[in-house]
Amino acid sequence: MGVITLRVNGVELAVPAGSSVLTATRQAGAQVPVLCHLDGLNPIAACRLCLVEIEGSQKLQPACSTEASEGMVVKTDSDQLQHLRRMAVELLFSEGNHVCAFCVASGACELQNVAVAVGMDHSRFPYQYPHRPVDASHHLFSIDHNRCILCSRCVRVCDEIEGAHVWDVANRGGESRIVAGLNQPWGEVESCTSCGKCVDVCPTGAIFHKEDTTAEKHPHAERAQRLRQAREQHQWHHP
Amino acid sequence: MLNSISPSLQRPRLRCCDASSCRSAGSGALLKALETARSNAGEAAEPLDIEPVGCLRLCSQGPLVALDRPEGSSLFGGLSAPLAGALVDAGSGTDNNSSLNDHAIDLEQPFFALQHSVVLEGCGQVNPESIDSAIAHGSYEQLRHCLQELSAADVREQIRRSGLRGRGGAGYPTGLKWDTVALQPPGPRFVVCNADEGDPGAFMDRSVMEGDPHRLLEGLAIAAYAVGADRGFIYVRAEYPLAIERLRLALRQARQRNILGNNIFGSQFDLRIDIRVGAGAYVCGEETALMQSIQGRRGSPRPRPPFPAQKGLWGAPTLINNVETLAAVPAILREGGDWYGAIGTDSSRGTKVFALSGAVVNTGLVEVPMGTSLRTVVETMGGGVPNGAGVKAVQTGGPSGGCIPAALLDTPVDYESLRALGSMMGSGGMIVIAESMAMPELARHFMRFNVNESCGKCLPCRAGTVQLEQLLTKFVAGNAQASDLEQLEQLCQMVQTTSLCGLGQAAPNPVLSTLKYFRQEYKTGCEPATAGPQPWA
Amino acid sequence: MKAAAAAPIASEATAEQKRINRLVAQNGSSPDALIEVLHQVQEIYGYLPEAALSQVAQQLRMPLSRVYGVASFYNLFHLEAPAAHSCELCMGTTCFVKGASELVPLLEQRLQQQLDGPSAADGWVLRQVSCQGACGQGPVLVVDGQLISQATGQGPGLLQGQLDAAGLPNRAPKPSLGAP
Repeated sequence: MGVITLRVNGVELAVPAGSSVLTATRQAGAQVPVLCHLDGLNPIAACRLCLVEIEGSQKLQPACSTEASEGMVVKTDSDQLQHLRRMAVELLFSEGNHVCAFCVASGACELQNVAVAVGMDHSRFPYQYPHRPVDASHHLFSIDHNRCILCSRCVRVCDEIEGAHVWDVANRGGESRIVAGLNQPWGEVESCTSCGKCVDVCPTGAIFHKEDTTAEKHPHAERAQRLRQAREQHQWHHP
Repeated sequence: MLNSISPSLQRPRLRCCDASSCRSAGSGALLKALETARSNAGEAAEPLDIEPVGCLRLCSQGPLVALDRPEGSSLFGGLSAPLAGALVDAGSGTDNNSSLNDHAIDLEQPFFALQHSVVLEGCGQVNPESIDSAIAHGSYEQLRHCLQELSAADVREQIRRSGLRGRGGAGYPTGLKWDTVALQPPGPRFVVCNADEGDPGAFMDRSVMEGDPHRLLEGLAIAAYAVGADRGFIYVRAEYPLAIERLRLALRQARQRNILGNNIFGSQFDLRIDIRVGAGAYVCGEETALMQSIQGRRGSPRPRPPFPAQKGLWGAPTLINNVETLAAVPAILREGGDWYGAIGTDSSRGTKVFALSGAVVNTGLVEVPMGTSLRTVVETMGGGVPNGAGVKAVQTGGPSGGCIPAALLDTPVDYESLRALGSMMGSGGMIVIAESMAMPELARHFMRFNVNESCGKCLPCRAGTVQLEQLLTKFVAGNAQASDLEQLEQLCQMVQTTSLCGLGQAAPNPVLSTLKYFRQEYKTGCEPATAGPQPWA
Repeated sequence: MKAAAAAPIASEATAEQKRINRLVAQNGSSPDALIEVLHQVQEIYGYLPEAALSQVAQQLRMPLSRVYGVASFYNLFHLEAPAAHSCELCMGTTCFVKGASELVPLLEQRLQQQLDGPSAADGWVLRQVSCQGACGQGPVLVVDGQLISQATGQGPGLLQGQLDAAGLPNRAPKPSLGAP
């Protein structure tokens, strides 16, 4: 496999050809936030948190879905990027109903972590307080749409790894939401195997085990990648 | 073209506009009445041909009928069925037109005289439901010529020389796009006609499809030959039922004549074209969303690269051009790339069709050389705002474009000039705004459109446009704070720089351009206590 | 699953299913044809009933949620039976700059219902729609499919007459004597 060299925030490094810019930034020790991206799932570049500056490109590029190329010069922490990321996180908090104090995922929530990382303690945009339902029809799990950030990790893990395709995105724009089956209660969808992968990869407290209460959710976002490696590379053991 | 008669014309002819706009004004009943009147008139009217045709341009005067006689053509507007008898009499030369005098439209007026028809040369002339009519006007002659006498590279050479740029909005050089697709590694490839003309107030592409569908099919077939595709799609918005009906008919006719299918014109070239009908999503005009929709999926855009030219439909290299771009191709091949390139300006060559509407006397379709000034189009051709009121601005580029203030009306219409002013060519909607329109309200109108049409995939467009609309509502209501203005600008900049696709990236343009030229109106929308002293505008 | 389980029992339902199966087959039975198939299903029912969506998903061998995702994405697909009567106000940009929004109070007053609100007891719905393509005649209204053009240019009296002729109910309270 070929190797390419590039520069991230002034650090020169080499990555295997075909790697994403995100992989390179991690190798360089840069902290690029991600929410929709998850190792092991196909990138969709939807949350826009991982946008970086690439020399020679007029537009910001998503690190998750951009392939690293030879001689690339990447910047991940400019004032502009920090400013934009903070605004993005504010938009996320204002469009849903995120109350950390009562959330199952508090302390293990990727949205919360990103908010801390970008220094966001409140949203300057008015909170929208949308009316969103909670579906507790499944015997093991619940989905609380108030906490959903539409990253679609659940949709992808169920489709790409479990192969059940229980979930999809319905409607559009600000009305978008995750649906099970034909917009059915989750518990009534026959194709659901109750595998719990969607719970594992959900970055917030939107999908959770029923027995978990405040701050008790322990997600396993790494499982998506492990399953993919096991399936595609026959690699079952992780040091 | 409107006031010329084709040399083959021996018999007098009435051309009755049978396109959407005139239909909504009653041309369907008029056409029937004309036919009845002709049979009633008996022998005298026997040599008179009556044909339904596509758009005759001046939509605000619809229904329109053109009369061709050996001594010249004339045009009548504001017609209704009771006038059918007079029209037939005029056509058969048995009447002095007296009852039609009030309906005569001067074809020498600038609205017609300054038009330069290339894309629309057959629109209003051919019967869009008859392939014989299209062939009589030269359709498919260039396809035959390409297949029998030119290599694919020769065809692309002519397109490159023409300097044609994509008429869908972004203005990407068409020749370069064709080359990129053609030069991909061997394998299947596709051509797609983007007929998802979604900008409100834009009806150029609809007019081509309704008025001269065979020209589009020919352009698409030539494109397919030039890039080595044997499969094509036309993605039409469902809101254009008449265009869909006529395209379907045209496709059936072309297949029956073996102009589409296998071994076209005895060559090795095969082409199958299918129509895919959208289902109401503006975002599907974005090319990656359009391809998703053709494949039966939600119209969500994906990041580029890879570009469709590299990886498009089913992963194969795919050429996507809009209707007007492809409809220009037959004329370019016929007259040569250099001929087309000599029209227009250095960077924007050829002609552009605009749908002129809004607060303007002459609403309709105009095709002019690139570089024509906005003033010429809006004031000279369009006749300005009704009742002599002033033009405040001209909106181009739809919900992705901007407002150009009256003071800059002498700007030539070309890709770069419009972009420099914070607007864009867009697909060709040109909406005249009168003095009475409040600009924050207009900006909110477009933002609402973007809120409703956002696909919801990426955060800035999904959540940012909602916040922008709410901010704009404060300015419309006059209860904004000075800090809202700062937030408005920052959020516009954020949505512009971070959205995934062109729709999101361009969503703030109507706000930014009105902020640029009409900032005072936003300041007026702030509560007096917070707005501070009013600076000199 | 509710919808699919209920369907095969009754023989009429089977006929309905056969109809959808035929329709899917005519479109090549490929998932790519989903949007085309949904258009045709909607032509039959006037909307996309759940049982039909389920049948389409089965026949195209697609996940239910994907079919629902597509059906709910596009504006022209309706997941519920449409209102019996509609009064649609074009809010395309041309109609908007020609004063379409000025017609909103007049229509709301006449129908005694809100724009884009729920339909009235007699089945009338008042909603704004995007460009109807009659920009030359704007602003336009479409009352049960009948186009009313240049709706602001002709004075409110004439417009009310046209609305009467188009069958739009007038529920506005009768003005008391002497009121303008």
